[in-house]
Amino acid sequence: MRRHLLSTRLWHWVNAVAIVVLFMSGLNISNAHRYLYWGNYGFDPADAWAKVIRFPAWTTIPQRYDLAEARDWHNLAVWPFAVGLLLIWIAMLVNGHFRRDLATGRRDWTPRAFIASLRAHAGGKPAAGGYNPVQKVLYGLVFGVLLPAMVLTGLAISPGIEPAMPWLVEGLGGRQSARSLHFIAAWGIFGFFVIHVVMALAGWRLIGEMITGGRRREEADHG
Amino acid sequence: MAEIGRRGLLAGIAALGAGACSKMADSDTGRSIFNAAEDWHRAAHRTLAGRQRLAPEYAPEDRSPSFRGNGSLTVDSDFYRAQLGQGFPEWRLMVDGLVERPLALGLADIRALPQRTQITRHDCVEGWSAIGEWTGPQLGTLLDAANVREQANFIVLRCADTLYGREYYESIDMVDAYHPQTIIAHALNGEPLPEKNGAPLRARIERQLGYKHAKFLTGIEAVASLDDIGQGKGGFWEDFAGYQWYAGI
Repeated sequence: MRRHLLSTRLWHWVNAVAIVVLFMSGLNISNAHRYLYWGNYGFDPADAWAKVIRFPAWTTIPQRYDLAEARDWHNLAVWPFAVGLLLIWIAMLVNGHFRRDLATGRRDWTPRAFIASLRAHAGGKPAAGGYNPVQKVLYGLVFGVLLPAMVLTGLAISPGIEPAMPWLVEGLGGRQSARSLHFIAAWGIFGFFVIHVVMALAGWRLIGEMITGGRRREEADHG
Repeated sequence: MAEIGRRGLLAGIAALGAGACSKMADSDTGRSIFNAAEDWHRAAHRTLAGRQRLAPEYAPEDRSPSFRGNGSLTVDSDFYRAQLGQGFPEWRLMVDGLVERPLALGLADIRALPQRTQITRHDCVEGWSAIGEWTGPQLGTLLDAANVREQANFIVLRCADTLYGREYYESIDMVDAYHPQTIIAHALNGEPLPEKNGAPLRARIERQLGYKHAKFLTGIEAVASLDDIGQGKGGFWEDFAGYQWYAGI
């Protein structure tokens, strides 16, 4: 059996591209109004809870301030991102990936389990078969909280969606709150992205496996 | 080998990404992909919200303490300044194009029509929002009074103001034109429309972003196609800077 199913690998790489485009075009959009507010309205910097830096051109798509084109990229990349997230969740639930590899049990949440995972990593031992408790919690946070939060807060700040889902905007505390949460969740995903890429580059073999599928090390699954 | 491969691959991906992005955005294929994505959003919104679902309306205490003016804040003409000082006695809103009975309405005519008052949120494409109470007749009332022809597919909103030397205008389809909250507002928070917010008349297109809500209105024109209006993209910002015609995203 392959270590990574085809559905997982396809989603992983399509999503990787989508997230990079969304994040970088999002930084361009952020430059249009660099203040964040709570509640429904907000336009006066005096009411802002945060003033965001101006993101330099090399961090943005396109590589100059262009709100219209940045929104084109954002509105395009959100389709593979949002539809992909829905499909991979369905796939993970159907093929058992979620239950087998990502769902945590009570024992995964103990400090001892966390320390043991970090020790094993620091010791240079690659994760054996499955994911260790720290990985499970992080992946759970990304799949269960951060990625869906991006979709939901993104829907909430679209004026064309709100007539269909007014409860969504209300539930998030208003349109400007939704916009603030969209910004915060994006940086949460960025944090995960950095850790994820650094870890993957440390074990170059892992990237190859996410392309080819690799081989599941059966004996290690029980370890 | 592996080291070179890794670095080479990463550099290649980065270069390919940056290059591909600018290439794609400038090409016709890229443009049509962007337009297709925009159409899917619009189709999805229309499927979910239908023609008639309303944008949320708020209570008086939910209004923002003031209402930001953005874009054009005035009209740079002697006629406008004179009219502004006198309460716009000679301002006319033309309703024409593909209609049976063209109209030229003064402010008194517009105030005499059945009115709708709504407290709604205005979302700018830049990201900020303000909440205010708008009053005016529904655009549908004006279109019915002028008897719009079947061939009309879009409503063009003509404006007195100019930005970067061009006349501001916007356009919407007939679904948004006949949406119950699409009004020609002459009052904000119970007072005549302030200069910076588009005095004497502005459109409210509540399910789309602020740049669709044309200010300083002089005309409403029913057309079959947007190709011959301005540069053909359906609005000032669409022509000038490539903004999305459908601004519900």
